[in-house]
Amino acid sequence: MKKQNIEQLKRTANILRQNVIKMLAKAGSGHSAGSLGMADIFSALYFNILNHNPKKPLWDKRDRLILSCGHIVPIRYAAMAESGYFPVSKLMTLRKLGSPLQGHPSFIDMPALECSSGPLGQGVSVAVGKALAAKMNKQKHFVYCITSDGEHDEGQTWEAVMCAAKYKLDNLIFILDRNMIQIDGFTEDIMPLTHLHEKYLAFKWHVQQIDGNNMQEILTAINKAKKIKGKPKIIIAHTVPGKGVKFMENKWEWHGRAPSLEEAQKALKQLANSM
Amino acid sequence: MANSLEKLEYKACRDGYGGALLELGKKNKNVVVLCADLEESTRTIDFAKKYPKRFVEVGVAEQNMIGIGAGLALEGKITFCSSFAVFSPGRNWEQIRISVCYNNANVKIVSSHAGLNVGEDGATHQALEDLATMRVIPNMTVIAPCDYLEAKKAVMAAAKYKGPVYIRFGREKTPVITLKNTPFKIGKAQILRQGKDVTIIACGLMVYEALKAAEELATKKISAEVINCHTIKPIDKNTIIRSAKKTKRVVTIEEHEVNGGLGSAVAEVLVQNYPVKMEIIGVPDKFGESGTAKQLLDKYGLNANSIIKSVKKLL
Repeated sequence: MKKQNIEQLKRTANILRQNVIKMLAKAGSGHSAGSLGMADIFSALYFNILNHNPKKPLWDKRDRLILSCGHIVPIRYAAMAESGYFPVSKLMTLRKLGSPLQGHPSFIDMPALECSSGPLGQGVSVAVGKALAAKMNKQKHFVYCITSDGEHDEGQTWEAVMCAAKYKLDNLIFILDRNMIQIDGFTEDIMPLTHLHEKYLAFKWHVQQIDGNNMQEILTAINKAKKIKGKPKIIIAHTVPGKGVKFMENKWEWHGRAPSLEEAQKALKQLANSM
Repeated sequence: MANSLEKLEYKACRDGYGGALLELGKKNKNVVVLCADLEESTRTIDFAKKYPKRFVEVGVAEQNMIGIGAGLALEGKITFCSSFAVFSPGRNWEQIRISVCYNNANVKIVSSHAGLNVGEDGATHQALEDLATMRVIPNMTVIAPCDYLEAKKAVMAAAKYKGPVYIRFGREKTPVITLKNTPFKIGKAQILRQGKDVTIIACGLMVYEALKAAEELATKKISAEVINCHTIKPIDKNTIIRSAKKTKRVVTIEEHEVNGGLGSAVAEVLVQNYPVKMEIIGVPDKFGESGTAKQLLDKYGLNANSIIKSVKKLL
């Protein structure tokens, strides 16, 4: 696929946000804040970073992308549709009976998702398994895993983090959505994660911290991570949950909520104005 | 099967597993083995030594083991994940549900130290719920082999079968009642002994007890049919129904809780197809405790005597 430049990527991110709002409003349920907050990163991945072919989703040499925090899958569906995996119109079937766009990623319904995910902590381990397989097979692709801060409440996440370091999986790149919210409130109130950066350093990972809504920083960090050898890499991306829609930004109440039709109209107007 | 229950060789199922892994390692480069800090006890150690690049030691982390196993399987590997049954599938049920079964990943969960025969370690280490918890997950196949040879065959068959499989067996050396050439097919129960008065359906270590009971019953002119129902899911409905039609009485026995295991699976088949009088023998909704394997099996009634008592109740 042809790589988009920064201006194009920003524009694409805005389109993805608009589609997320439309999908969620139509579905009547789903996770708004994280999906919007990660739009810039998904734009960067699908339209610049990933080595992939939407017409051959299971092409052997593709980079693998695991969405471990599966609840923000609307943004992934939006990016997949926009890049040609399926028609954009299909996005409106999100969470509807019979649709492959299940509420949380379903591998059986859509193999291009690489694995089913959503129950937190599971995708991270699967990503480690896929990176190990690539090492065993001497394959050159990267395994990207999108994880969230709330997901780091799960013990399994840390089991996987230790294991990736043990096996020096330098083909594995985590992108951690550090948006500071989870369903019940702010992450630091629910279960303080404090010093994630230092924790990952202590676990022998290569760590970068970026503004996850800054396209230049996203591209620079991922391209740098790809070059680091001998250890797994993580990019802690500080994102604004609900980014682009003023009344959703930084509000934990929007973690697991979809906009009403009226709210969606308002959100789409804001997004269109910022194009 | 063996001609006589006298002078049987005693061997552990886990050794059958270890032997099968070595064969598989040689045959198929895609076989990968994972272990959670129990390579000696689960007998994955020989594979680990011979094929270190295809062995993944995850430490005491059963949830991660399953996720990694699934990730490897989704990339084309055949993965074997091993621990004690209390930990795997005891502590990683939801990982097995989603990462393995919902993905329909080619992961084999092979667990040792199932059942009361773990003995001295006590209740914390005696898995009595695993058949039930694995049986309820869609896409999962559940097998409890009856001896060393069958364990080996079950593992070889699981490697050939595409999809999730759970295999459980105990720690102890137990009588080898099958022969090298005894056929084994996933989902196909074996009639080890023909009879007409009662059907005894068993799995795992209890198959031997069922055969002993049948021998004893024969001396009292009671003809018992013995079925080795090694595959608990998918259960062999035809063999069970056919036998029940013949004998009109069924006793099941398993080294597992009475809730949700082999007995339940057999009851589900019979109640809906051909209801007959039935007795389910197992651990009655209780945890185990410390003791020798023999003491525990006797205390909880997992032996030929219990079977004989149950048969008499039904006659």
